[in-house]
Amino acid sequence: MITWFLKGTGGARWSWFLTGACVAAATVVTGRQPAYTAYSLDVHTRMAIPAFARKYGLPCSACHTAWPELSAFGQAFKDRGYQLGNDRDSPIFQNNAYFPLALRTTPQGHLESTTHQPIDPAPSEKTITQTGFDLSGVDFLMLGTLLKDITFGLVTTLDADGTAGLEAAFVRFDNLGHSPWANLRVGKFELDNLFSEKRFTWLSNNGGFLYAYHYEPAGSVDNYAFGLGDNQIGAEFSGHSSNSYTRYSVSVLTTDDGEAGLPGGKSMDAMFALSQAFPLGGGLGPQRVGVFGYLGHRPTTFEASGGEPIPGTGTDNKSFLRIGATAQIWLGNLELIPLVSHAQDDTALGGGPEKPAWNTAMLEAHYVANPRLLVQGRYELLRISKQADPATPKTFGDADAIALGVRYYPFMFSRDGMALHGEFAMTRTTGMAPLSGDGSGVDALDPATKVWSRSLLLAFDFAF
Amino acid sequence: MRSHTRWMAVASGCSVALFAAGATAAGAQEAHIGKLTGHAAAGEKLYQRYCAGCHGAAGDGAGENAPWIDPKPRDFTLAVFKCRSTPTGTLPTDEDLFTSMTRGFVTTNMPPWLPLTSQNRADLVAYVKTFSPKWKTLKPGTPITIPPEPRLTIESILHGRQLYQRMECWKCHGPQGHADGPSSATLTDNKELPIRAYDFATGSRFMCGVTNVDLYRIFMTGMDGSPMPSFVDDIQPAEAWDLVHFLRTMQPLKTPEAALWKAWLASHAGELKPIGPGGSAP
Repeated sequence: MITWFLKGTGGARWSWFLTGACVAAATVVTGRQPAYTAYSLDVHTRMAIPAFARKYGLPCSACHTAWPELSAFGQAFKDRGYQLGNDRDSPIFQNNAYFPLALRTTPQGHLESTTHQPIDPAPSEKTITQTGFDLSGVDFLMLGTLLKDITFGLVTTLDADGTAGLEAAFVRFDNLGHSPWANLRVGKFELDNLFSEKRFTWLSNNGGFLYAYHYEPAGSVDNYAFGLGDNQIGAEFSGHSSNSYTRYSVSVLTTDDGEAGLPGGKSMDAMFALSQAFPLGGGLGPQRVGVFGYLGHRPTTFEASGGEPIPGTGTDNKSFLRIGATAQIWLGNLELIPLVSHAQDDTALGGGPEKPAWNTAMLEAHYVANPRLLVQGRYELLRISKQADPATPKTFGDADAIALGVRYYPFMFSRDGMALHGEFAMTRTTGMAPLSGDGSGVDALDPATKVWSRSLLLAFDFAF
Repeated sequence: MRSHTRWMAVASGCSVALFAAGATAAGAQEAHIGKLTGHAAAGEKLYQRYCAGCHGAAGDGAGENAPWIDPKPRDFTLAVFKCRSTPTGTLPTDEDLFTSMTRGFVTTNMPPWLPLTSQNRADLVAYVKTFSPKWKTLKPGTPITIPPEPRLTIESILHGRQLYQRMECWKCHGPQGHADGPSSATLTDNKELPIRAYDFATGSRFMCGVTNVDLYRIFMTGMDGSPMPSFVDDIQPAEAWDLVHFLRTMQPLKTPEAALWKAWLASHAGELKPIGPGGSAP
């Protein structure tokens, strides 16, 4: 990491040094409390729901190792349809004043620096540094039970620029036939990703997503959009053992990456996830291993009117594949989360004569010192194994991403939560613009150029 | 002044020593569940994470959420527990606490903590035992003996119905088991807080279990800290099974007891006398 840091241009290096010095000075001035400012790419999709804590009277730490990441107990609670399994689950038992709404937002300051950014006049490149105080969007998290064993979810978002969105909207029928092995969810929801981006503890531009979940190779056709971390629309059938140590899910999903209005084709995507936990060791949770797979389709031909494609008429579907495996390993208070994946697209989607393929590997580590302090790190790499166009340099699109962070929760109880969040994230992409969108958002002029993008984020992340 | 200072130093030193000894003793508390050994030192961190919000950091049932919870969280400093396999007035076994924690209490805010590993739950049991000195001076009671369940007959159910009348179960649980008996509204627990009788119409689960054996155990051990007494000195084991069979007919479930009872009622309903004041069932 130090080597990477030093590879930045002189101006960027001094900028980082100055920022670090300011943070250190502020830390000293304020005593033991670190000074925090920050930024977030899309924090509005992160899930931590104090409304549940208020409903059941449990502290955040019951369901979260460090919110928003779920503990084994929180995972079981979610798998049961946000129910504890006692007779207080139906809303009829709640005080009339109770309303299942939680809000989350993150005032922040951040600094972004990206090298080799094409600028005018062409052909010119420069390191672009952007900094300042900023806002994330706002989540309106409404989830709960309509009736015992009938769950709903409605997550609306308001971006900082005023754009509203519908992140999730679903109904879930739980314990069909009085069995935890049969649950049906219909609507728009997060995929059953074994390592959830919606509940992970990174907020910065470069740290706030996984390449494994969002990478698309260069040259992909325009109407092909997909992110394993994006909420999708469809139906999910899932089940779990009584303690959720064994979990499975299968889903059928529309081919439009979660866009409402059926703009894609008539085919369906499919996903499965399967995991098993083992109660080994004395760590904070059980040891879990899991696998997942996603088989998607995208239309390549549309009916047209006036030259414009008619939404929903897509045919001539071509497939893409994502498969992977992950684990959750507890060594005392240290949690290790490895994740490997393989991806491949059809030639018609890749825009070249070959089927583009790539692999990713990631290791994330959390040290949960106590329910109020999390220290974390992550390293992820992406390597292209086959380019769509053989003429493209083999390394074009390769990425390395590293992130370091700390979250301190100054208080922890059952009404709301706040985290002081500090994060440094850095990516190195070969030729391509970073997925964070930092800088100009344009690929480097030379496909072999290593583009470095760095984020420093300091934030007040709170939910009520 | 110097003497005063010296005494202060001695007193402080003694306090530190006592605190250290106490902390060591608390940390050394163990729980034994099958092959598992729970350690209080490990359980303390888990307790603060999962339990303190309701039960309080001191285990006194005065956690930050306690004012909003009904019924109130258990006060571990009293070492009085409802769900036991041991006779009334005795401490529960480690397995009893482990089972309670695992199962949760369906009629309260206490959830089932089954997703925690067995080791985590064993550690929590060990830590819960540090809140009362009783765990150092007393031993858990010996679990009661539960004879095998006899064959289900209509005579058993009818006798159980007689017992329900004679033992005055109806006074709290109501003639139909709907928790609407004449005493129901006046019930309080050992902290003088209002408490409800169990409503048999609410489903299949009881506070302390779900099986016929669990039901037998509930009224033979009593639920300490609540008005539910132990009937071990009042009815014989065979009678207790009769009462189990009758109580099962009160639940809205498709049980063998309910099926047999429904079939018998189809032709004998007129023979039954009502349960309640002045009643003499059947």
